[in-house]
Amino acid sequence: MKFRPRDAFRASAGYQLLPMRFRRLPWDGDRVFVSSMAGDWLTMPAAAFQAFVSHELPDDSPYLADLQARHLAVVDVSKSSLAPLLSQYRSRKSYLMGGPALHIFVVSLRCHHTCSYCQVSRQGVNAQAFDLADSPAELAVERLFDWPSPELTIEFQGGEPLLNFEQVMRITRLIVARNQHEGRALRFVLASTLHDLTEEQLDFLAEHRFKLSTSLDGPEWLHNANRPRPGRDSYRRTIEGIERGRRRLGEDAVSALTTLTKLSLTVPEEIIDEYRKLGLHSISLRPLSPYGFATKTARRTGYATSDYLTFYKRAFLHLVAVNHSGYAMDESYAALLLSQLFTSFGHGYVDLRSPSGAGLGAVIYDYDGRVYPSDEARMLAAMGDPTWCLGDVSQPVSAWLESPAMASVLRAGVAEALPTCSDCAYVPLCGADPVEHYARQRDTVGHRPTSDFCQRNMGLFDFLLERFEKGSAEDQRLMQRWAMRQDSVEEAIHVAA
Amino acid sequence: MLPLESKALIPNSLGPRLLKVVGLADFPSAALPCERMALDLRGAPAALIGREMLDLPWGGIIQSPDAPRDRERPYVEILGDQRVAKSGDVIELDPFRQRVASRYRRGDNGNVLFATERCNSYCVMCSQPPRQVQDDWRVSQLLDLIDLIDADEPSLAISGGEPTLLGDGLLEVVARCASVLPDTHLHILSNGRLLDGSTLHSRFEGIHPNLSWGIPLYGDHYGLHDYVVQSEGAFAQTLRGLYALEAAKQRIEIRVVLVRSTFERLPQIARYIQRNLPFVEHVALMGIEPIGFAKAHYADVWADPADFGDQLAAAVGMFDSSGIGVSLYNLPLCTIDRSLWPYAAQSISTWKNDYLPACASCSVKSKCGGFFSWVTPAWTSRAVAPVKEN
Repeated sequence: MKFRPRDAFRASAGYQLLPMRFRRLPWDGDRVFVSSMAGDWLTMPAAAFQAFVSHELPDDSPYLADLQARHLAVVDVSKSSLAPLLSQYRSRKSYLMGGPALHIFVVSLRCHHTCSYCQVSRQGVNAQAFDLADSPAELAVERLFDWPSPELTIEFQGGEPLLNFEQVMRITRLIVARNQHEGRALRFVLASTLHDLTEEQLDFLAEHRFKLSTSLDGPEWLHNANRPRPGRDSYRRTIEGIERGRRRLGEDAVSALTTLTKLSLTVPEEIIDEYRKLGLHSISLRPLSPYGFATKTARRTGYATSDYLTFYKRAFLHLVAVNHSGYAMDESYAALLLSQLFTSFGHGYVDLRSPSGAGLGAVIYDYDGRVYPSDEARMLAAMGDPTWCLGDVSQPVSAWLESPAMASVLRAGVAEALPTCSDCAYVPLCGADPVEHYARQRDTVGHRPTSDFCQRNMGLFDFLLERFEKGSAEDQRLMQRWAMRQDSVEEAIHVAA
Repeated sequence: MLPLESKALIPNSLGPRLLKVVGLADFPSAALPCERMALDLRGAPAALIGREMLDLPWGGIIQSPDAPRDRERPYVEILGDQRVAKSGDVIELDPFRQRVASRYRRGDNGNVLFATERCNSYCVMCSQPPRQVQDDWRVSQLLDLIDLIDADEPSLAISGGEPTLLGDGLLEVVARCASVLPDTHLHILSNGRLLDGSTLHSRFEGIHPNLSWGIPLYGDHYGLHDYVVQSEGAFAQTLRGLYALEAAKQRIEIRVVLVRSTFERLPQIARYIQRNLPFVEHVALMGIEPIGFAKAHYADVWADPADFGDQLAAAVGMFDSSGIGVSLYNLPLCTIDRSLWPYAAQSISTWKNDYLPACASCSVKSKCGGFFSWVTPAWTSRAVAPVKEN
């Protein structure tokens, strides 16, 4: 047998194109970002890309090797395999396997806060009529186990769930008892202000290894301005709650999220420094949602997405500096988007999926026994628009899946099939949010050029990619670390909290 | 370098056989019948050697050249390097060629169950060039050998040639290991090509408590990989084999031999593995073994690691940050950046492992994997020099 040189193993009959999308880089019009159907990608000169799609690249072009490796071109079908592309696609969409894993139980709408941006339409502290009663709670637990997912995250929400902690304990015990023979992997989360957390409550939370998710908007003056309550001491009470929670459940058991008002946008550095001061290693900089009380006070607390992006960029640069100074802290949404850019994995975050995570990744059991496909859907219902109600806990899961609401989600829930999204190079990494588009634009499909969802996600993808390209080796390593940190992606599950 | 074989005086009446070497000290604790053992009397004080002991039905008795012997007993005298057999080893006696060969070495880090000389690839740098011979007899010999291996042996490799060419025979070998050596990690070195499109892969599911596969990948596209293995279509077959193994819940290591064309694209190959094969648990980046076909293709395959430091660091960084274990094999410490030292393994089997004169004054020699015994100046990195620890 005679050895043959490299050229002998290269075909010379041109190449075929695989499904792809491209985007001219906003910061460098001579180059393009090209992505495969599974979200593998590269950047290359626009001229070389033009030659590529015109079938003019020479056989020995180094681009051709890269394009094959990213599954954008096939040179010789008989010697190549689509198995890796299909494997990437399967991994990317792995969140479809097993059905909804995030189950949110709204145990009460009562809350002692009167936040102007409240997304939940909270009720007064004594309005017991807005508590989840025993009978719908039991039915909700039944329904929970009707879903096939081997992993179940049970998140208690409100209002303030601590105001109906009896029901939190009752539901938890029912689930744990039922799970004796179900054998699912359970994870409990309490989304709470953590105010007035008692030792008895902590005993219970520790016993069931709860994670706590709370809201901390930044330094004291900002937090108290955003979150008024009698006594104007929301900040102090939250900090005390965080400390008590950490002492009892462990440093990593408590995570905090910010809600950003117009006022917050002026002080990104202060917000991040506050998190650092408290020893938190992850921050979640989420914009206001267009729901609940937030819509009524939009003029006072709201802002344009472009203002949010300006804020985010400043925050990101500060966060990078904080990390380089030796204190590790990531931003959970950046970690999520970076994980989509730098790995082939799916993720646990329900609001950036295609098919949509609404009803397919998450289910909300409201205080009155009604069921919704997302937190946003139940907020719309609380505002008088029941379009998105799947049904109630007395019905079988199959009835919810056959509901008109679920059909609406699915019709507009596949980003790859939505106008404008279908041509977007970021779509394999992005998602569809029919409920948000309905809430903002009165149309589940939505109009992308004026969509806040689109502007925000594309803006962040562009920004992160540009930061990565222009960043130092140290910056790049940091961003890759965030991308690979699976736990921070999991934390992002609670961005709905 | 330790010898693999030696000339020996072996009575023709013995016939070919595999024997476990036992010394006077350890034979009482051996669990094997005497017929499967060779009693090693070299250097034993005559006073300790009783007739009753000699009369046991030994498969062989290894004697010093000057010791008395008689025709009735199965005396074997090793004529060459005495280190070819020591207590705990398994040797093969070949009376026709009058040779004794080592088949298992106690305490060695590189014991191999050699499955076949045949291979369906023809790699440019192959250290063990394949031969198209009918050697299915090896299966029964391996089954014999497995019985004689120490039960506390930490790990064994099944290598060749291409072990999956044995088909059912490979399953038999693995199953025997599972029953006789359940605590021994078993690593099958295969190109994975035959696992594509067959049902072979599924039959490995659950067959062994501690089994893994080492599968080579030399490119991120077919033109490069197929060239290195000199086989058209191999890249696609190996990839499909990898997915088949994953489907059969097998543990997988990817092995990348650093021939020049592969070394040049190492960061891209690392990215390819991270993106497409994120389920692999370990990647070994391996310096070339300068023997076999590699010697004939020096100009095409040799790449001085000192010239590819950036590629090596980028690849290691990629695996590290992705949670995929990574090791550097066959790369002496002085040829790689200090930041990569923690990844460098002492990977060369003891019997073919040596150090150069320059290593004498090196302060990290004891931590370094050194060189293949057959290294020549042409295959030696220009970066080789004693490391002076401060």
